[in-house]
Amino acid sequence: MLPRVRILNAHKRFGKLEAVRGASLEVQKGEVVLVIGPSGSGKSTLLRCVNRLEHLNSGEIWIDEELVSDPHVDVRHIREEVGMVFQSFNLFPHLSALGNITMAPRIVKKMPKEQAEAVGLALLERVGLADKVKSYPDQLSGGQQQRVAIARALAMNPKVMLFDEPTSALDPEMIKEVLDVMVQLAKDGMTMLVVSHEMGFARAAAHKVIFMDNGEVIETGPPEELFSSPREERTRRFLKHIL
Amino acid sequence: MAEVKKPRIEVSDGALIPEKGEKATFTAWRISFFGAMALLVLLPFVSPHPYRQIIAFLPDGILATFEVTVLSIVFALFLGLITGLGRISRVKIINRIATIYVEVIRGIPLLVQLFYIYYAMGKIVQVPRLVAAITAMTVCYGAYLGEIFRAGIQAVPKGQMEAALALGMSRWQAMRRIILPQTIKIVLPPVGNEFIALLKDSSLVSILAVADLLRRGREYASKTFYYFETYTVVALVYLVLTLFFSKLVSLMEERLNRRAP
Repeated sequence: MLPRVRILNAHKRFGKLEAVRGASLEVQKGEVVLVIGPSGSGKSTLLRCVNRLEHLNSGEIWIDEELVSDPHVDVRHIREEVGMVFQSFNLFPHLSALGNITMAPRIVKKMPKEQAEAVGLALLERVGLADKVKSYPDQLSGGQQQRVAIARALAMNPKVMLFDEPTSALDPEMIKEVLDVMVQLAKDGMTMLVVSHEMGFARAAAHKVIFMDNGEVIETGPPEELFSSPREERTRRFLKHIL
Repeated sequence: MAEVKKPRIEVSDGALIPEKGEKATFTAWRISFFGAMALLVLLPFVSPHPYRQIIAFLPDGILATFEVTVLSIVFALFLGLITGLGRISRVKIINRIATIYVEVIRGIPLLVQLFYIYYAMGKIVQVPRLVAAITAMTVCYGAYLGEIFRAGIQAVPKGQMEAALALGMSRWQAMRRIILPQTIKIVLPPVGNEFIALLKDSSLVSILAVADLLRRGREYASKTFYYFETYTVVALVYLVLTLFFSKLVSLMEERLNRRAP
């Protein structure tokens, strides 16, 4: 079966800096893949190429049968199918929690207001925020904001969800509530590509862990294997720092 | 936590708008506003001649000043928004045109622009004085407002556009639904200042013999030689108007802050 996401020999340069140099990876349907690596290793950049917030210099990215990295592809169509959760949440501050969630379905998918709101309410319930429907982002804690952001991405009914360090900006006591939502999402069969160093999440939900360094994929393996007996010296050195 | 700090353009230069919680400024506003009002009411009683006549003579001028100010600001807001969007456009030619417009207009005094549009351009197309006046004010303030809109749009964190695009919105949808609503809140204080500045600068159009407040005052004074009395009233009326609008802007600002936190 065709993998949901396939990245082949991806290269991305910013001026002289080569952020991604020849990375390849696959995410199967329903699989949860965690990408780890030191800062500046190109993991976020790679993630941002999947929904075309960045454009590859060379290489290919496929989602099912669609060549995402094709310069002539309908970028908006790609983004409709790929949900993204950011490190800094990026909720829309002038809209309520529900407004944040219903905006894109309404204006991108042209969903009627009532239907979008029903979807939004169900999603807020799913992330445990049924009582925060009318709250504005600055009335929510970081953890709550990130959960709304996850609901917002889910409202577009994406084929795959990208998480770009979703818990890095959170206070420690709020990390768990976000990870719980992500673990539940994984259990429900969502395809997920996650940049994060949360070992708890890796153990609870990840099927595969990918270690990136210097814009390259160094090592791939099941979490318990990669964490306990990494094959590569660079992986070992990195894990020593974070474990 | 990341990104909790809200962007805000601080404009202290010539700002008449009282800050919320700034007790001293507020009191200063009250003293100036009610003081000016009291003088306008009392003077005709204390010295009916010539103040009653002056006050009867000016309302037409106030209306003309209003007309010039309101029409100019409406058109200038429109032009400014387009200019601001042009200044951040990724289309080179649009960006260049907007930038040149801003640079050229900001480099020429408003008074010269007024002369230029009415007298110099008048060689080619003769337009009515009022139209020339409003055009000049619009073109001039459009450039300043364009810069305010540009700064306001750029003050919205980059993540907002990214989040909107990531949800599948087009650039224009993201601009209209996500970025501009946030921009309005950021630019309201400086736009309010421009509005008040424009109200004051509208007195320049009297040079084209548009019968605005200042022009009416001048007509009356040169007829009767009551220079001191006439210009005192003219100044007081301008002061009441600007203070009234500065208060209005600060109230609007407060309401915007309350409604959508």
